[in-house]
Amino acid sequence: MKPPVFEYFAPDTIEESLSLLSEYGDDARPLAGGQSLVPMMNMRIVHPAVLVDLNRVVGLNRISINDETLILETMVRQSEAEMHEDVRNHCPLLTKTLRYVGVPAVKNRGTVGGSLAHADPVAELPGVAMVLGAEFVVESNVGRRTIKSADFYVTELTTSLEAGEMLREIHFPKTNPKSRSAFVESGNRKEGPAIAGVACSIMLNEKSELEEVNLAAIGVAPVAVRLTSAENVLLGQIPDNEVISEAANAAVVDIDPWEDIHATAHYRKRLTSALVAKAIIEARES
Amino acid sequence: MTTDRIAIRVIVNGRSYSREVEPRLLLVDFLRHQLHLKGTHVGCAHGVCGACTVDVNGQVMRSCSMFAVQAHDAEITTVEGLAGGGPLTPLQQAFHEHHALQCGYCTPGFLMSARELLSKNSNPTEEEIRTWLSGNLCRCTGYINIIRAVKAAAKQQNQADNELATTSEL
Repeated sequence: MKPPVFEYFAPDTIEESLSLLSEYGDDARPLAGGQSLVPMMNMRIVHPAVLVDLNRVVGLNRISINDETLILETMVRQSEAEMHEDVRNHCPLLTKTLRYVGVPAVKNRGTVGGSLAHADPVAELPGVAMVLGAEFVVESNVGRRTIKSADFYVTELTTSLEAGEMLREIHFPKTNPKSRSAFVESGNRKEGPAIAGVACSIMLNEKSELEEVNLAAIGVAPVAVRLTSAENVLLGQIPDNEVISEAANAAVVDIDPWEDIHATAHYRKRLTSALVAKAIIEARES
Repeated sequence: MTTDRIAIRVIVNGRSYSREVEPRLLLVDFLRHQLHLKGTHVGCAHGVCGACTVDVNGQVMRSCSMFAVQAHDAEITTVEGLAGGGPLTPLQQAFHEHHALQCGYCTPGFLMSARELLSKNSNPTEEEIRTWLSGNLCRCTGYINIIRAVKAAAKQQNQADNELATTSEL
């Protein structure tokens, strides 16, 4: 397989990258880790005229923390994020989920920002971004703007990034130490593509009632979706088996699954319910 | 820069190469067709099967999912660099002894992946081996013998390390 011809630029600086993205507009694609983009080019599913390779740009791969936020720059490799102490301490759900994102050879190259901006419906990280309320800092050569997760994802493989813009940083609010989380998915292999998955973050009060519940599903709608119907069932309740079962049933209202060679739409609905129950139990016991 | 050929310099298995490449040339095709290192195989060409796994700057990567031009200034190790013409490495020897290959198409990728696992984890459990190698597909062996081989190589590596430690204590 041979990818189609493209013009290639490998800038060293952010300014140069932004100026190339602005110059070539819709014809240009930023190239991060390339673990989705290059295979799609090999199969000629996509054929960007211009690639702006971000791999040599200085200052796009730091992980930092401030009082309230864990900040990942867009080119942080998935394997580095998975092993990073600050990520584990301040955003444990991200660490847990990175386990499922791919095999070592993919995560060594693939980036957190690349996966988030690619917006594959079965990608795990957009689900985590939704649950944790991450914000996306995007930049063009006219300035920066911040986009909330819910507004970032438009539809399959489409974000609200505009021509000339690139994802610069992802801001994850630091996780409250009292909260508990889980990520569960179902597929042929843990590290392989999922059929569906559920990310979950909960907080219990002293009466063991749920005072905070955040749930999102992947693989069952064009983009990762919050499961608000299930959240509403759970909020204020003690998460016993009966309540969890009711929430699991409610979750299907928020999803819009499709049928393909991997599963029917009906199966995906049943699976989502099962994964919601599993995620809450796992988070409760964690 | 344009669609024209771009000059790159890479070190592969300790030897430096300077070549001009089209930007769209995949690293795996560069290794096979320009450097004639045909040990690295093309399986699926979309990052699923692991047959093209090579070591780039100390980490395994899929050479079908990056462009040769991106490897400029990188140090690459392919399966040819493991024994380097000398005796088989303990990992390769273990694959041989435990019949961890039949057709051999996937073997270079398995060797490169298992090599990184053993460099990070000298005593992996079966679960850890299975998880680590889950990105390498083999259609012949059923994986059992591959896992046996990796365990045997780990054991041998640990014995060798212990003997070395004992010798240096003396």
